[in-house]
Amino acid sequence: MSEPPMDARVLLIGVGNPDRGDDAAGLAVARELASQTLPHVAIHESPGDGAALLSAWQGFDVVVLVDAMPPNGHAGRIHRVDAVAQPLPADLFANSTHTFGVAQGIELARALGMLPRTLIIYGIEGREFTIGSPMSAEVRGAILQVTMAILAELRRKTSP
Amino acid sequence: MKPMKPASRKTIKVGYLARVEGEGGIFIRVSNGQVREVKLRIFEPPRFFEAFLRGRMYTEAPDITARICGICPVAYQMSAVHAMEAALGVRVEGQLRALRRLLYCGEWIESHILHIYMLHAPDFLGYPDAIRMAQDYPDVVKRGLELKKIGNAIIALLGGREVHPINVRVGGFYRVPTRRELAPLAEQLKWARDAALETVRWTATLPYADFNRDYTFVALRHPAEYPFNEGRIVSNRGLDITSDEYEQHFSEEHVDYSNALHSTLRGSGAYFVGPMARYSLNFDQLSPLAQEAARAAGLGSVCRNPFQSIIVRAIETLYACDEALRIIEAYEQPDAPSVECVPRSGTGTACTEAPRGLLYHRYRLDETGQILDAKIVPPTSQNQKIIEEDLTSFVTQSIALPEDELTSRCEQTVRNYDPCISCATHFLRLQIERE
Repeated sequence: MSEPPMDARVLLIGVGNPDRGDDAAGLAVARELASQTLPHVAIHESPGDGAALLSAWQGFDVVVLVDAMPPNGHAGRIHRVDAVAQPLPADLFANSTHTFGVAQGIELARALGMLPRTLIIYGIEGREFTIGSPMSAEVRGAILQVTMAILAELRRKTSP
Repeated sequence: MKPMKPASRKTIKVGYLARVEGEGGIFIRVSNGQVREVKLRIFEPPRFFEAFLRGRMYTEAPDITARICGICPVAYQMSAVHAMEAALGVRVEGQLRALRRLLYCGEWIESHILHIYMLHAPDFLGYPDAIRMAQDYPDVVKRGLELKKIGNAIIALLGGREVHPINVRVGGFYRVPTRRELAPLAEQLKWARDAALETVRWTATLPYADFNRDYTFVALRHPAEYPFNEGRIVSNRGLDITSDEYEQHFSEEHVDYSNALHSTLRGSGAYFVGPMARYSLNFDQLSPLAQEAARAAGLGSVCRNPFQSIIVRAIETLYACDEALRIIEAYEQPDAPSVECVPRSGTGTACTEAPRGLLYHRYRLDETGQILDAKIVPPTSQNQKIIEEDLTSFVTQSIALPEDELTSRCEQTVRNYDPCISCATHFLRLQIERE
């Protein structure tokens, strides 16, 4: 993560893998937001190490996280979840017993009392995850929508 | 838990894999009390990256290969730079060599601790995941998180970034730290060393299945150190070769019943890479503290029970903390951050010890330093056959267990190897189907 602004209270985490098609969705949103002028917002790109999230968001009041979701017949569909208000839906990010991903990181933080005050998750349902493939048109279309939604949300949360 | 159906046909099928190509996961078929079929396809070899490297400059290899694995980018970078340096006739010695070992210490700590605390320990304590375990053992899990953070801090300081380090180059680094910059890390590592010792003690108390096999272990061996970046490739059955000879002795075979390629040691078959192999072939090179902790944990100088791999990872984490402190204590900032490299045509190979085991790279360059072709054989690829054999043995031995318990023990058996299933994706789905 690059040095955040001194007064950053908000952290935007884009999660993803740039080499796997729609799996880059979270990173694409983070990069769109990084190109805006957001004085109170720090931007962090993550490969999805769930355990590392807990230290990444230490000290931030508000965290917004964006990640791709497994295919479920509606590529490009956008989901928004308030992750502090309730445990994550089981199918939001597929779990695996062989990695410790985003969903597990969030639920671990909840179990340890280490969630930020506000944690909003944006999930973009993907279709194409073949290594080396480009992002699908549906997910590319959703990137801008999610970016605008987050900008609007951040303006509400950081306005005096 | 459902009791096992008597006799007859039974299938255990776990998981799935990247929805990108066909089925994957663990598939075991049992018929009349006998294991008939074990299919394991949990790993996707980095063929895309081998193709992607062609036409690139040798200088780009560390940055491209770092993207192959989100959990062990340093390992890919180290094998890449050593193989390129072999092709170019360059040696990196002294403090730059030490800094590379320090960087690897960071990755071992971060990777091993993640596995021990978040992925493996829940199996032994009867929890479905680390989240449930954290509810009952919050201080234990927090210790793991803090330890992992220190591993990440080493990578961030030396690598320039926690993930996909940007400071590594063929010949050395772009920038080297001052002694003053390393000092705070030393303070953190003193705590980490104590926490790692506590981790060895804790993992030694976990309940283990009684399961031992006479494995063919393969790892690097170096005359003067526990291996990270350099050494000869040895086995416990007389193998003793350089990385240039790797492809003469190790082959990848297509197996009829599986879509994955299986690595075998010619004349021997399946072999085992990773912490248990390193430990069993290099126990004498561990630091005195790590050796003493191993003995106190009830281990001998060789470990053949893969369920005890969790203790071995803890011992390696302790060693890495010890070694990191030794390197920092002795550090003198080198005059230059890297050694000069002049492109030339040739082929270079290298094996380094990723957290999960031996990682082989080979590159062929033209006279301008452009990559003509590349071959990468990761540790998880090499362990697929041995994991299948373990599953066959374990299911045969445990056939009377109730179905649910047998399924989760099979997952634990695979987890003993800390397989990097999701090397290039960050989410997977686990499905259980029964016929």
